[in-house]
Amino acid sequence: MDEKVTITINGKPYRVDLDQTIMEAADSCGYHIPRLCYHPKLSIEGACRVCIVEVEGMKNYIASCAYPLFDGMKIHTNTKEIRQARRDIVELLLDNHPEDCHVCERDGNCELQRLAYAMGIRHRHFAGERKHYHKDLSSTSVIRDPDKCILCGRCVRMCTEIQGVNALGQANRGFNTVVMPAYDMPFAESVCTTCGQCINVCPTASFVEKNHTQELFAKLNDDSLVKVAQIAPSVRAAIGEGFGLPPGKNMEGQTVAALRKLGFNYVFDTQFSADLTILEEASEFLERVQEKGKLPMITSCSSAWMKYMEQFYPDLIENISTCKSPMSMGSAIIKTHFAEQIKVDPKNIVSVAIMCCTAKKYEARRPELMVNGMQATDIVAVTREIVWMIKSAGIDFLNIKPEEFDSPMGMSSGAGTIFGVTGGVMEAALRTAYELYTGETLVDIELSSIRGFDGIKVGSITMDGKEIRVAVANGLGNAHNLLEIVRKDPERYHFIEIMGCPGGCIGGGGQPYAAANSIPLDTGCLKARAEALYSNDRKKTIRRSHDNPEIQRLYKEFLGRPLSKKSHELLHTHYKPHEPRGIASRKIRAI
Amino acid sequence: MEVVEKDKKQELKEFIDSVKNKEHGDSYLIAVLHKAQGLYGYLSREVMDTIAQEMQIPTAHIWGVATFYHYFNLTPPGKHVVSVCLGTACYVKGAPQILEAIRNELKIDFGQITEDKMFSLQIARCLGACGVAPVVMIDDKIHGEMTPQKVVDVINQYRKAEKKQ
Ligand code: SF4
Ligand code: SF4
Ligand code: SF4
Ligand code: FES
Ligand code: FES
Repeated sequence: MDEKVTITINGKPYRVDLDQTIMEAADSCGYHIPRLCYHPKLSIEGACRVCIVEVEGMKNYIASCAYPLFDGMKIHTNTKEIRQARRDIVELLLDNHPEDCHVCERDGNCELQRLAYAMGIRHRHFAGERKHYHKDLSSTSVIRDPDKCILCGRCVRMCTEIQGVNALGQANRGFNTVVMPAYDMPFAESVCTTCGQCINVCPTASFVEKNHTQELFAKLNDDSLVKVAQIAPSVRAAIGEGFGLPPGKNMEGQTVAALRKLGFNYVFDTQFSADLTILEEASEFLERVQEKGKLPMITSCSSAWMKYMEQFYPDLIENISTCKSPMSMGSAIIKTHFAEQIKVDPKNIVSVAIMCCTAKKYEARRPELMVNGMQATDIVAVTREIVWMIKSAGIDFLNIKPEEFDSPMGMSSGAGTIFGVTGGVMEAALRTAYELYTGETLVDIELSSIRGFDGIKVGSITMDGKEIRVAVANGLGNAHNLLEIVRKDPERYHFIEIMGCPGGCIGGGGQPYAAANSIPLDTGCLKARAEALYSNDRKKTIRRSHDNPEIQRLYKEFLGRPLSKKSHELLHTHYKPHEPRGIASRKIRAI
Repeated sequence: MEVVEKDKKQELKEFIDSVKNKEHGDSYLIAVLHKAQGLYGYLSREVMDTIAQEMQIPTAHIWGVATFYHYFNLTPPGKHVVSVCLGTACYVKGAPQILEAIRNELKIDFGQITEDKMFSLQIARCLGACGVAPVVMIDDKIHGEMTPQKVVDVINQYRKAEKKQ
């Protein structure tokens, strides 16, 4: 049993578990000590000292996020002196910070702003020396603005400990410290996978997504173009948070309606293309099993994972499924078959993907994904950008009447829905692979062993007496841990799903910022988003990709069958090793 | 020249091999960077890339360490390398003023190189010449008992010598 101790907080006694920090104990007793550099999923840095408390008998104030409890500890979180000291600390941060709030991307969503407000700072006393660095605009996906950095180190720890990428470090020292990639090289040339998780954890606007909203508004206003949108599964599960709703509300119909109001002519569902991906991917897997192709086969739909793989695991390229991601498959169909159907020159179609993911902006520009010499996906806007556009256009999102997707690329199965959660692609693929292989219907289609938020999950199913062993990893650090096993023991698994972000796409780098009383990537929030998708799956009558009649029709009218010549031309691709070669961090913490 | 470069590479690799499998191999990074700087005069990106691969330490981390400590040079050294000793003995005998005088004269900070590429400036720890502190070393010649004025004279001698050539 856990040992209990008695402590007092602000004069009141509490019985709490010994094995925790002052901050954790205070949290459990209902005292939210202000904090900045602390994040529950990252190692403790103790850098900002915003979380100081007074402990009787100790000479100095103590950083509560880093200090363990002892029996009889008398803690004060809110004395006049502590409040003053904390306020001084935050004021010091502001002294070096640009006075930019009302022209800043994070205005209204900024932890530093909230903190300053909560500390009662109502005017700025000193103007300290400001930082003046160039913004790094080189990346397709992530903008770095060191002027707004308060050196909490959360991004560095995220990139190192959770993602295992180690693209970032703190260079120089003292006032000149800057978070940057190695050699101060342009972000685009670094090992950064463009996953956007540094954006998710940054308390300020020092990391933000590359913004494409103005470009998109311009296209939407151009009457000579046909504007086609597709929406990723996990966008609908999170977009409500951008409008103040609690996590876990499925806002599919509202999103469709809002996009039409923004000016899109067709609103399609990436879940449709997810079903398409499953038919191709399940068929590819079975082909590899039957024809003794390279196994384990590893999924390829996560864009950050693909860049990571090219840099860190080029030795596994042959294991990677040749399937494009649902977004790129969808765009390929939009620019070919759909263009023919509506008799429009594909050059006059703008194909826009509304995604949870900053890395999709990178994927969209990959030359290997071009279709007939055209970029298949013209613009990728992440959930945050679309939230802003809807607000900026004055659309009443919360009260809008829900609408249906357009045909033909709007219908999806439950399998396509769960793509957005870690384990979902595997589950969807097995639902189809099982039936294609055995000719029988898989009765128990909810594969609980690969659901949930463990970093690495394993399971197996038996198809005609053949055991298929599968593994699932979410977050690139966990992917690294899993792939080290695969490198040593390639026979262990037949099929592997990897998602670059914690929790899968629902935790993508383009999702709404954490609400005022929450933390980024809070497990409860991720679970609620996941449940929004799982319950959507349960509600659907069609839960297997191959049962989707629109998919069947697409094969009949256009593609022929999975892995046909046409499919290979439009829906499959190959990857190449990519410089710079990555070195995985040794500080990965599995989550 | 070719051969010499190869030797340096070999020596660095041997040094890394001798430390990397020790317990807490990562903690030898600073020693390895010193070794590399000793061999090449500065830490180039190529050298840091090699160290990263050999020690399997991510480049962003190596860059963080290399930029944190003033004694690492990240640009090629000038024709003459001026090292100011900031060891304890030199420090108490006025090394900070010497450093200031050099900075003013050469208009560069440590780790930098003058526009004419003639001098680069670095900081040294005890050079083993405490008896004649404060000490400035130019290339491998020790100049002892420096004063702010004297050190400028010394620098001017190098300039003169350079002009004659
Ligand atoms: S990062 Fe936050 S505090 Fe800084 S300018 Fe932007 S909104 Fe204001
Ligand atoms: S986008 Fe991802 S890989 Fe790139 S720096 Fe941020 S966390 Fe690291
Ligand atoms: S960039 Fe953001 S997360 Fe990273 S250290 Fe600066 S403020 Fe913190
Ligand atoms: S939150 Fe505790 S020191 Fe930053
Ligand atoms: S302290 Fe400078 S030579 Fe010893």
